[in-house]
Amino acid sequence: MTPLTGYLLVAALLFSIGLAGALTRRNAILVLIGIELMLNAANLNLIAFWRYGPHPEALTGMMFAIFSIAVAAAEAAVGLGLVIQIHRHAKTTDLDQMNRMKG
Amino acid sequence: MIENLDQIFVLLQHWLVSFLPASWQPAAGVLLSVAAIVCLFPALFALTTVFERKGLARIQNRLGPNRVGPFGFFQPIADGIKSLTKEDIVPSSADAAVHFLAPVLLVVTVFMGFAVLPMGRNMVLVDLDAGLLFYFAMGASTELAVFMAGWSSRNKYSLLGAMRAVAQMISYEVPLLMSSVAVVMITGSLSLTKIVEAQNHYTWGFPHWYIFTPWGFAGFLMYAIATTAETNRSPFDLPEGESELVAGYHTEYSGFKFALFFLGEYVAMFSISGLGTTLFLGGWSAPFSFLTWVPSWIWFFSKLMLSIFVFIWMRGTLPRLRQDQLMNFAWKFVLPMCLVNLLVTGLWRFMGDGWLRWALCSAILMITYAGMGLAEMRRQRLGPRSYRYAE
Amino acid sequence: MSIVFYLLAALTVAGGLAAVLLKNTVHCALALTVAFAGLALLFLNLDAQFAGFAQILVYIGAVAILVVFAILLTRGSETPKDGVFSRSWLAGLAIAAAVFAVLGWALLQSARVLPHETAVPTVTVQQIGVALVGRYVLPLEIVGMLLTAALIGAVIVAMHEKVEHEKEGSK
Repeated sequence: MTPLTGYLLVAALLFSIGLAGALTRRNAILVLIGIELMLNAANLNLIAFWRYGPHPEALTGMMFAIFSIAVAAAEAAVGLGLVIQIHRHAKTTDLDQMNRMKG
Repeated sequence: MIENLDQIFVLLQHWLVSFLPASWQPAAGVLLSVAAIVCLFPALFALTTVFERKGLARIQNRLGPNRVGPFGFFQPIADGIKSLTKEDIVPSSADAAVHFLAPVLLVVTVFMGFAVLPMGRNMVLVDLDAGLLFYFAMGASTELAVFMAGWSSRNKYSLLGAMRAVAQMISYEVPLLMSSVAVVMITGSLSLTKIVEAQNHYTWGFPHWYIFTPWGFAGFLMYAIATTAETNRSPFDLPEGESELVAGYHTEYSGFKFALFFLGEYVAMFSISGLGTTLFLGGWSAPFSFLTWVPSWIWFFSKLMLSIFVFIWMRGTLPRLRQDQLMNFAWKFVLPMCLVNLLVTGLWRFMGDGWLRWALCSAILMITYAGMGLAEMRRQRLGPRSYRYAE
Repeated sequence: MSIVFYLLAALTVAGGLAAVLLKNTVHCALALTVAFAGLALLFLNLDAQFAGFAQILVYIGAVAILVVFAILLTRGSETPKDGVFSRSWLAGLAIAAAVFAVLGWALLQSARVLPHETAVPTVTVQQIGVALVGRYVLPLEIVGMLLTAALIGAVIVAMHEKVEHEKEGSK
């Protein structure tokens, strides 16, 4: 098992853990936590391929990961703002109770 | 002989490490430097507590501690014994694991910042290429420890203090980073050793420290303001103001853990003053070219203690800012000034050498400062000072 | 496969598992921080120093704090009465397990044809800076605009409270 395979397996495991968290938890914020884990797993994938890939001096993988970090931070900010606003309106963050389109 | 005195700690490290087999020597050298840092800065912290108490006392026209030792200088020993022997009270509804880990995380992240500070010629623990980024990464982790402390105490006042502290630290993180980015723009590197070396030149005996340039002076002022807010020092110490929130986020801590918070705060002050010295005051370089025979580490620590003295002075002199005043100040005054400073730094970099760039950059900075100050004062409808005397 | 990699991988996966399994939401957020730290150390292990420190600065210094603030502002630290896992937790778990099975199988199948290790790349921050304003200037500007839009959007989304209350008060 090459080191690259090891890193990719860790990334796949983290991705599935994040996916499980996003799909099974009730609290909206925990769904966002799952999404952040998935994004981080993808970043790990990118950096692993950059390191063990054919042209690391082109910096493509590292650039992609840095932009991904920036975009994930923006997405977390907007997502959490939305969750706070939903809580103000529905007085709960329980996703199982938000199963109607009527506000 | 002068170089030996300058490099005395490096030579001492090499000599001590030479007793070990060659494969262990690098690790042993690093461990020795780490041990030196971990012993030196808490000792400086002990000295600073007594300086602070006596300094504040003198500013407030009283004597300060003068019972323990000559002029009270053994007071930290008494304080240390008190902190270590006090009972460690943990509230029963507190979250035990997080309550325990918060001071640990704070002290660990604060000490990590010292790894990249060049304390003398060739005296940096790790010469990272992205040293400044590492330092700020460690500083950002401190905020989480503050939050953990406030939340785990299950105390409304602690939580309020922690939220205020974290909001303040996040707000002032942006001016802190931006004023450092101006330095990085001119030096062209994030490595702190290169930043110091870029300032280590002399023209007619005067050093090329960045504080002596218009953008460097403005940057240093904003860095100083941001530093005072980041370490929760007066006049930005509302999160731990004794008259407001008991003790803020460390209300429920006693004994050794409280001592760790106290240590963490002061060591953070040393660390961030050390960074300010490196970025703007030339690090370990001497102020005049005829003084370069004095060892470099003496200059670094003198500038560090000068910064600490200014912190103590500000604490004794200025009144505390309210939370909304402090956040307004950060986002509406310091941040735009930082952006203008970046613009001015760019102008400085690309204009040729000469008097024109000095004049233009200083003019832009002073006009912006005066303009924004006047706008803010007009918005608050501040008039000339009026006095009311007791009758 | 050095011992450092195994330790860091174990730390990261443990943090991730704790982040999705714990009952107390704030504990989940702190476990997420441990996962972020483990990932940053994995990046450092892969010689991506800039990405590792940026990960600590952005994720632990900003995103983790955002998450805990959101938990506090939405009273997430009180335990919900119906339990923490949703009604359809089994389906979610099955899907995640299927995804991991597919990814893992694909990885282990292709392990034979993956490229061999290259030498350690020496990346200086200057190279990253030159790349950012040279080859990657368009993504840089777009990310700048995205961050500005996200900043303004998040402030507006979380701010509407006062306007609505004023309207309802005047009716």
